[in-house]
Amino acid sequence: MRISYAIAAFAVSASLISAANAREQLSLAGSSTVLPFATIIAEEMGKNPQFKTPVVESGGSSVGKKGVCEGIGTQFIDIGNASSRMKASELEFCSANGVDVTEIKVGYDGIAVANSLEGQTLTISKADLGKALTAEIPQEDGSWIPNPYKKWSDINAAYPDIEIRVYGPPTTSGTRASFAEMVNQKAYCGKDELAKKASAARDDKSGKKCRAMRTDGAYIEAGEQDNLIVQKLQEDPMSYGIFGFSYLDQNRDTLQSALVDGTPATFELIASGDYAISRALWFYVKHAHIGVVPGMDEYMMTWVKNWGDDGILTDAGMVPMPEAERASYEKAMSELPVLTADMLK
Amino acid sequence: MPLTKTEQIVNASLKARRKKERAFQLFGIAAIALALFFLVTLMGSILSKGIPGFFQYYITLEIELDRERLDPLGDLSEQSLFDGQAKKIIEEVVLEKTGAKSRNGRKAARKLLSNGSDTRLTSFVRANPSLLNSTQKVKFALDDDADSYFRGFVKKETPEQQRRLSNIQIEYLDKMNEDGLISHEISDYLFFGSASRNAEMAGIKGAAIGSVLTLLVCFVIAFPIGVATAVYLEEFAPKNKITEIIEININNLAAVPSVVFGILGLAIFINLFGLPRSIPLVGGMVLALMTLPTIIISSRAAIKSVPPSIRDGALGVGASKVQATMHHVVPLAIPGMLTGTIIGMAQALGETAPLLMIGMVAFIVDIPGSVTEPGTVLPVQIFMWADFAERMFVQKTSSAIIILLLFLILMNGGAIWLRKKLERRW
Repeated sequence: MRISYAIAAFAVSASLISAANAREQLSLAGSSTVLPFATIIAEEMGKNPQFKTPVVESGGSSVGKKGVCEGIGTQFIDIGNASSRMKASELEFCSANGVDVTEIKVGYDGIAVANSLEGQTLTISKADLGKALTAEIPQEDGSWIPNPYKKWSDINAAYPDIEIRVYGPPTTSGTRASFAEMVNQKAYCGKDELAKKASAARDDKSGKKCRAMRTDGAYIEAGEQDNLIVQKLQEDPMSYGIFGFSYLDQNRDTLQSALVDGTPATFELIASGDYAISRALWFYVKHAHIGVVPGMDEYMMTWVKNWGDDGILTDAGMVPMPEAERASYEKAMSELPVLTADMLK
Repeated sequence: MPLTKTEQIVNASLKARRKKERAFQLFGIAAIALALFFLVTLMGSILSKGIPGFFQYYITLEIELDRERLDPLGDLSEQSLFDGQAKKIIEEVVLEKTGAKSRNGRKAARKLLSNGSDTRLTSFVRANPSLLNSTQKVKFALDDDADSYFRGFVKKETPEQQRRLSNIQIEYLDKMNEDGLISHEISDYLFFGSASRNAEMAGIKGAAIGSVLTLLVCFVIAFPIGVATAVYLEEFAPKNKITEIIEININNLAAVPSVVFGILGLAIFINLFGLPRSIPLVGGMVLALMTLPTIIISSRAAIKSVPPSIRDGALGVGASKVQATMHHVVPLAIPGMLTGTIIGMAQALGETAPLLMIGMVAFIVDIPGSVTEPGTVLPVQIFMWADFAERMFVQKTSSAIIILLLFLILMNGGAIWLRKKLERRW
């Protein structure tokens, strides 16, 4: 009697497990910057009764790129989202696991530097923005000291005479990584003569060490949630914030963009490539799952249908690619070229 | 009569003693006042944001339900209605009502209605097929930007460049409002909608069902195992080093951060057993691991509180040890066990951290029909909404928090009611 119960319970759980193993919907994971757009596409695709709505997990770009390469089988994700391109080392992880992927770029996202409309507009060069926020500043003798600038006007008298106070994302964020790379490393340490020399002197030719942000209170980590930064800026007009463009777009009535190298973060200027701080958004498709998990082609086609200049994605703040680029990635979706290390160079 | 020496000493110290007493009481009152202040601020901010979130703006349009256009295959299947021209039909009516003529005007007018209007029309048709080929009044949600205008978040005075609605869109909205097409009602999307990136369509149904399924799995696993463990440890197990170590470990497990159980779940249930990610079955199993120590500890306390005379009585009339336990001790301990279980489950209801690792912190639109279909839970839904840029999500977040709190109050209320009803005094 008791034993038959146990057998029944075992049979039920076994059937549950086998039923669950055939996955009917796509599984995606990755960048929290791509997530809002990927979810729009997922929802749009799910409207078609032929397909289940894909499940979109967050986790960050590295989770997307690593997750898609972890292996073949339904316990692994089908598509990885990323707001930074795959590196050669990350691709090696793919090859080691026997996973072929195709790289698709879907659009751009600007990183906005903004403050309250009640505050002073910040007109600043990209290099000086890096100078204000990087952790260490080189001296004439080649040594590095903790960033000494207290006020924006300490860097250049033309800048606002208020304390440097910038809210931004924490180290886990792709937005932060992109910002530190584009502004601190490339625009400041890569251009400024003194910083270039001092970087080379400390065995850091590429300037990677410049990516570190100040920790003396001038740069304040406000958590992964960009909404929180927006709220802080609305309360404190003397501070500035760094966050994804879509949040600026949604709060145009209370926030204003800084002019970085003379350009504000607007939709048109990011799209034309004039706005200095923006990055591409990517996803990586696992070949072995195409045709196995239903809806891979449909998911990609849904992107194509909606990534144009005037669609639901641009409404949410994504900046579209130029037409020629769109055409080339649409082609990649049907031809599915395997990503190789040469393509990443 | 002169005071005795003792009385003098007492009198002298009386003032200081009374002062101390008053100070102590004041301290207590201050602590309570501070706690109350925080509670009121918290509830005030959640309620003031959340209650408006229960409502949204709708527009009522007269739609001609032309069968040929809506249902091209003619079988009223989901596919047929999806292939039909629902979106176009609604847009035609909107263009007529707004009087939009120019290309820009038409584009602006189309954006005023929710992106999910076509789905709403097709589900209306599916629910009322007899109304096909007639003209019906159908209610659609406004787009979240348009909704924000009526809420006063988007102001006419703001320069056009700085707001998300153009002058012409505001003009259209005002016109339709004057025509009496716009209404402010309890949001049906909030309760019957699932996760959505369109703020006006987002709802908690999917997450609520996911929560129920997850807790069900959690209960089915944790309650029997927890109670059996407690009964064995309390009534049958020999008191030696090994049981002592087990006891200490159970007590320690109760204090382990919940995210650790998520990592355990990922390693065992998903990587070893090969269960899929994001399903309530795995979520429930992970939460069961988390609630087990709570259930075991409270169940043991409940068993301990049963007077020994009951056991002795049963044994005295010839019952075996198992009979004495199962027929007499456990039934009397059940109220205490249930209370502990419900409190453990209420804790599990509010967890997101252990679910992160097993893929339940995700954007999941389809409502789970069983424990093996992907699903998410209420706190995850709140967490996701809190991060979306659209302004309407701020209110929806607070509304969802209110609903989650109601769930918790309900569960804790249930625990109290059970205890009161089943409690025995000796």
